[in-house]
Amino acid sequence: MADHSYDFHFVNEVVLPGDIVAEKVKTKQIVVKKIKLKLGPGLRMDKDNIIAYKCGVLREKDSTMFWIDNDQKRYIPVKNDKVVGIVTNRGGESYQVDIGSSMASALPFLAFEGATKKNKPQLKIGDLVYGRLSVANKDMEAELVCTDTNGKANGMGPLKDGFLFTHSLGLTRKLLNPDGAVLKVLGKVFSFESTVGLNGRTWVNSNSSDHTILIVNAIEQSEYMTLSQIKQNVHRLAEGMRE
Amino acid sequence: MAAASSQNSVNLRSLSCELGLLNKTDGSALFSHGNTSMMVGVYGPAEVRLNKEIVDKATVEVVFRPKTGIPGCAEKAMERLIRNTCDSTILTTMHPRSAMTIVLQEVCNDGSLVSCCINGACMAMLNAGFPMKYLVAAITAAILSDGTICTDPTAKQEEEATAILTFSFESVNKEVVLSSSKGMFTVEQYETCLLVSCDCAQKIFNFYKTSITRVLSKDVKFMDLNIAKKSKEVE
Repeated sequence: MADHSYDFHFVNEVVLPGDIVAEKVKTKQIVVKKIKLKLGPGLRMDKDNIIAYKCGVLREKDSTMFWIDNDQKRYIPVKNDKVVGIVTNRGGESYQVDIGSSMASALPFLAFEGATKKNKPQLKIGDLVYGRLSVANKDMEAELVCTDTNGKANGMGPLKDGFLFTHSLGLTRKLLNPDGAVLKVLGKVFSFESTVGLNGRTWVNSNSSDHTILIVNAIEQSEYMTLSQIKQNVHRLAEGMRE
Repeated sequence: MAAASSQNSVNLRSLSCELGLLNKTDGSALFSHGNTSMMVGVYGPAEVRLNKEIVDKATVEVVFRPKTGIPGCAEKAMERLIRNTCDSTILTTMHPRSAMTIVLQEVCNDGSLVSCCINGACMAMLNAGFPMKYLVAAITAAILSDGTICTDPTAKQEEEATAILTFSFESVNKEVVLSSSKGMFTVEQYETCLLVSCDCAQKIFNFYKTSITRVLSKDVKFMDLNIAKKSKEVE
């Protein structure tokens, strides 16, 4: 994005819209190593400055990637995000799927692994699908596919049975974080399936509805808990179940 | 400036703000100036009605709901003021063909209602993560019959006042975003009001910062991937 060096302030601090997060460093020395700067959500370039346009916590990775972490509820489609959608309508060539953003997205009938004109999955209105956004930009309707770039399903497709619940986008990122603890701790106690969509929707399925409800509660409560608190909470819930 | 402050009362009533009280909205705030308080809920970027769709930017809608009865002409005029202020702060081009809706519910009116609405809307928009150019803060100033200026007036002071002026400022260059007035006043009085209000706006911006920082302190602690890794390394 930029070949100049920037001086960032406020890393890991709260920033508000309009705050100047970084200025271009004016040096006469030749920059030996050019770094490609990547700006994530919440930051924009304005002349020589990088300005925040959302409130949240400024984060960085390897001094090249910068973004603002915030806990909003509304999902904004991004290409290649994996999301959980609800089928709302059936058209001539595609399903209309609600993914929680400002516009419904289209899921073509043939966008499943091994789908042909004669043999394709039949979805009903209200069914859940887990898919990848193949087209997502602000000016066009988003498009959903249930295959990866090699044409394989790779876990994507219709979701049968189970329970869907919505939560903030911050919790989604915590669940998908490789260091995230809730799902691992829960997995040691119960057997269940879960699908976390980046749009703040999580689908959970287990052997009985009692277990499903318990798992959903444990996930919802874990948002602001530390690892030891999560473990304690899961064991407390599990014990209550046995009694 | 100091002289103007000493003879006029430039005090703000106590401010309070609670964020995210409503769970069905994308963002919400309960904002109070003393006894005046507003409940604000915002939705967006959401689906827009076809007749209100704008091709290259988002449509900003403001709905004001009075405590009792149905909204009339005065309320519609107020909606307009608030809409124009909010429209200028939101980066509407980032979400074309979508709606940003702000719903304002009056909880208690004890003067300075418009400024309370704008300040509440600003906090609710922050809570929802709307893309914004800057923050806005609005101040109402009343010129009393003896010529003194009173900022953030109560309903009683507003009744006695000869003129009521409302200003709103943006947080980056402290420029005026909104100026609305009612009643008779001189040019000098207008200028003094403007200066005094700008002073008060700074107090409101500081208040925004502290309340947002308090709300996000949980996220600072729990959402950082780097910190999580660092603590692991230490272990």
